[in-house]
Amino acid sequence: MSESARDRIQNLVDTHKVMLFMKGTKSFPQCGFSNAVVQMLKLHGAPFETFNVLADPEVRDGIKSFSNWPTLPQLYIGGKFVGGCDIVTEMHESGDLRRELEGAGVIAAS
Amino acid sequence: MTPSDEALTWALMLDPRAVEAMLMAAFPDGTISVRDLTGTSDHFDAVIVSGRFEGLSRIERHRLVYAALGTAMSGPIHALALRTKSPSEISK
Repeated sequence: MSESARDRIQNLVDTHKVMLFMKGTKSFPQCGFSNAVVQMLKLHGAPFETFNVLADPEVRDGIKSFSNWPTLPQLYIGGKFVGGCDIVTEMHESGDLRRELEGAGVIAAS
Repeated sequence: MTPSDEALTWALMLDPRAVEAMLMAAFPDGTISVRDLTGTSDHFDAVIVSGRFEGLSRIERHRLVYAALGTAMSGPIHALALRTKSPSEISK
């Protein structure tokens, strides 16, 4: 991975409290798993930034070594890698996702 | 891609049981079921119950699974939804 790809990824992760690297965009997700994470974040009313890896092959590959995680989507909260669709789904079911979003200060504590 | 990867790629393209076999090798105590989600042999879900997951975080558990699948994860498997449980979580 080029230095610039790593820097761009790091900058995105540091800048946005909730950062989702996905296939497609919020309004046009192009993968069922990416769409599932978008919908869960919307359910919690959490503002989040997305990056369409289909539009940037360098980031698409770079993100996998950045997080040592082979698949997409990838969710980051508070600069920390949280997981892909299956982990975010489990966290949504257990309430951990809500707690992480509250902890990052993007949604009000319930 | 080395010839074995090539063969591996084709083997996995055809059958979730090949994925299951790879997981059984890494989780011999495990109860494992793998389904082909879309019928296209590249979107799977897998439920794995194994003592190896005891005390590990979700990310650590999934990393064990990805390590077991190796190059298959960067080739024929486009998507893999995982449910990883330890025996104690199942018996609760």
